[in-house]
Amino acid sequence: MPTKVSLMLNGEAVSAEVDARTLLVELIRDKFARTGTHVGCDTSQCGACVVHVNGRSVKSCTMLALQADGADITTIEGVASNGELHPMQAAFREHHGLQCGYCTPGMIMSALDLVKNNPDPDDREIREWLEGNLCRCTGYQNIVRAVKAGAEAMRSGE
Amino acid sequence: MTKNGMGAAVLRKEDYRFITGGGHYVDDINRPNQLYAYIVRSPLAHARITAVHTADALAVPGVVAVLTGADMAADGIGGLPCGWGIHNKDGSPMAEPGHPPLAADTVHHVGDQVAVVLATSKAVARDAGELVGVDYEELPAVASLEMASAPGAPLVWEEAPGNICFDWEIGDRAATEAAFAAAKQVASIDVVNNRLIANAMEPRAAIGEYDPGMDEHTLYTTSQNPHVIRLLMGAFVMGIPEHKLRVIAPDVGGGFGSKIFHYAEEAIVLWAAKKVKRPVKWTADRSESFISDAHGRDHITHAEMAMDENGIFLGLKVSTRANLGAYLSTFGPSVPTYLYATLLAGTYRTPAIYAEVKGMFTNTVPVDAYRGAGRPEASYLLERLVDRAAKVAGLDPIEIRRRNFIQPDEFPYQTPVALEYDTGDYGAAVDKALALGDWDNFAQRKEESAARGKLRGIGVSTYIEACGIAPSNVAGALGARAGLYEAGTVRVNPTGSVTVLTGSHSHGQGHETTFAQLVTEALGVDFDSVEIVHGDTGKVPFGMGTYGSRSAAVGGVALVNALEKIRTKARKIAAHLLEASEDDIEFKDGKLTVAGTDREVAFGEVAMAAYVPHNYPLETLEPGLEETAFYDPKNFTFPAGCHICEVEIDPETGVVNVVRFTAADDFGRVINPMIVEGQVHGGVAQGIGQALYEQCIYDDSGQLLSGSLMDYCLPKADNIPDFDVTTNVTPCTHNVLGVKGCGEAGAIGAPPAVINAVVNALAEYGIDDMPMPATPERVWQAIQSASK
Repeated sequence: MPTKVSLMLNGEAVSAEVDARTLLVELIRDKFARTGTHVGCDTSQCGACVVHVNGRSVKSCTMLALQADGADITTIEGVASNGELHPMQAAFREHHGLQCGYCTPGMIMSALDLVKNNPDPDDREIREWLEGNLCRCTGYQNIVRAVKAGAEAMRSGE
Repeated sequence: MTKNGMGAAVLRKEDYRFITGGGHYVDDINRPNQLYAYIVRSPLAHARITAVHTADALAVPGVVAVLTGADMAADGIGGLPCGWGIHNKDGSPMAEPGHPPLAADTVHHVGDQVAVVLATSKAVARDAGELVGVDYEELPAVASLEMASAPGAPLVWEEAPGNICFDWEIGDRAATEAAFAAAKQVASIDVVNNRLIANAMEPRAAIGEYDPGMDEHTLYTTSQNPHVIRLLMGAFVMGIPEHKLRVIAPDVGGGFGSKIFHYAEEAIVLWAAKKVKRPVKWTADRSESFISDAHGRDHITHAEMAMDENGIFLGLKVSTRANLGAYLSTFGPSVPTYLYATLLAGTYRTPAIYAEVKGMFTNTVPVDAYRGAGRPEASYLLERLVDRAAKVAGLDPIEIRRRNFIQPDEFPYQTPVALEYDTGDYGAAVDKALALGDWDNFAQRKEESAARGKLRGIGVSTYIEACGIAPSNVAGALGARAGLYEAGTVRVNPTGSVTVLTGSHSHGQGHETTFAQLVTEALGVDFDSVEIVHGDTGKVPFGMGTYGSRSAAVGGVALVNALEKIRTKARKIAAHLLEASEDDIEFKDGKLTVAGTDREVAFGEVAMAAYVPHNYPLETLEPGLEETAFYDPKNFTFPAGCHICEVEIDPETGVVNVVRFTAADDFGRVINPMIVEGQVHGGVAQGIGQALYEQCIYDDSGQLLSGSLMDYCLPKADNIPDFDVTTNVTPCTHNVLGVKGCGEAGAIGAPPAVINAVVNALAEYGIDDMPMPATPERVWQAIQSASK
């Protein structure tokens, strides 16, 4: 039976009818047409689908849409404000932290949650935190650089 | 250097859309009224289909059709073609069994396509797919090279006795035997090149669409080469002429070779769309990718190197069995032959080489190119064997390499295995890598590791690859069934902005940036006013796509040649506008000047004059400013380099950590050093993945045990170190850019460097062999066996 789910998506109140089995990532991509959140696997390994649910990073393929009823959700589309890139987004570009771009939204969303809890992570902490986000293009080095630079920019911006 | 031109580390144009969630990958695209396809796949490795029951599935609300192989055969849909024909030693052609997109009577591997369910939602299609009943009569299967080669082994194909697709050779057997007869010492090795799965982060997807009013077909697909798909699918599978088939490969989330090939699902969605008169979309699950994307590598090889008393290489003989899987994928047969054995000279002067390769069928997913494609297999074999040879000859691994390197003054150098290397300086790359990797102080670092109870090892590889694929006449003589040129169009718009149409395809390589740099360099136009269009046969008429590190060396050169035509025409227009002789016009920094005067016009004014030809030499010159160039390379390019790896091994657990990795690569001239460095990082990470983590495993019944990302270990951020990367440039001598290509080098150079380091770390246990991947279990077992 389709059930109505209502939530805040990037600051906008939205609602849709979903099946009990509909995943949060399917709701975001298929019903709300925010396609920046990607699906790279079916076993919760890759992290391409990471979004923020009530401020915490979550793999949106491992959560049912119904569980997000009433939640405040931020996707990659909601990170920049007024056309201005978030410092973490800018850092990924500045440090060539992406190639094909497919893992990038999940990487950025995951990195933002890391920095929220650890404003000055070292390389090891960044690498361990990103263990749940796979990238096949970059060899991770420039992602680590980008997250470090993004964190620094976020600190100095506050 | 022009700002944002050749050699500048320009930030990428394409990044904005990717970091803001604005990319357009195939699964992001939805077409009005589309249906969703679920593909019913074989759960068995080898079986006869005796019946397909579709009634229950058809009864599910939302299901529009269930189509089978019989339906496809009835519609006259052809088999997926193989793009490369290999000949046996006796000159006869390889065995080439058919490959129907939907199997009608027999399935040949787990994951083989049997039927397709079309429904109004993904979930309904999948539910109904579970209700499609297929009756199978199971047949005996061979799941590995060992099983396929066993006497009396079951046959994958009746037309391939012994499961042999081809038995091929290259080189001079007699000369090589003579070299061994004269040898003072011989090193030998047996290696397995482990089977891998590319696992680009974006799973494959395809949307087929048919417009009956225009009789036009459109395919959106996750491809590295939409024009190749148009050619293969149009001509061989669907019977659609080029002008009625548009193939769009928009943003593509990584390829690494696995998205070169023409896959069954592309034909299935387009055929189905026409049949049910609605767009049809298919997106792979990751687990589905594991059993339907072409796999890579999977060789078993024995090799011997003959040497004189000084460790000088006299002859090399190589015998390889290569797994091709159950069907011949698009480039499958070329990978273990012309992309492998032609590289067996490596960077060395080995005067006599003989290699024989048996390509074999097994009841597994087809095997084809994966990053490096044949060249990693050659490099791994050779660089492991050279380390063995060093041991036999009592030489340092660096010293034996230096003694045998082709020297800078010996180019062009004809190898005994068909290739002519144009240029290189292998010793200089070694010097750079040794310095950057602080090779000389390794003993001190080993002591420090030992103090922490860790075994430290160092390993080197001095690889070479053949890239810039390919001279069409050479490839054609070797069995390629298509041309391998590239095309580029430069369209200068009336306002002076520039649109480039290229047949190269970027799926992470950054062509929108590097190709724009070439335009800026040639025309002096603002970097931001250049747009690179790729990935759509409806916009870009011709091309051959991206693989074999060919985009810069073939596509980039086509673009530069088109730019040169623009420059020539712009000079003519400027000469008219400035009332000067064309010979006196200098074109620099976006201005066309009469030499020695201050009379000049901006390039933008020339562009405007070309499209508003009020003051224009119409009698002698066409209006407009758009030029196309096709470029077919004269030779392959030969990137080469030196990779040094240091590992630390915990003898208690067998865990291997790469703690230092140094690469000194010769890619020829570099367009964008930031992007090149990123390509090396990614390639090395995949090479470390092959050496330490990744392995595709089938059980003896042909079930894929490593069938998901829970079972197949991709390198993660905390498995990989920072890399020290530098370049040593010898410009390519036969293309105007001097570029060689950089996309595959890391995956080629890294695996032998890593394994040489692992073996070096374990030397004190008397261990001199370690298969890939060097998992903790394997390393621990080796230590335990040695300790006993």
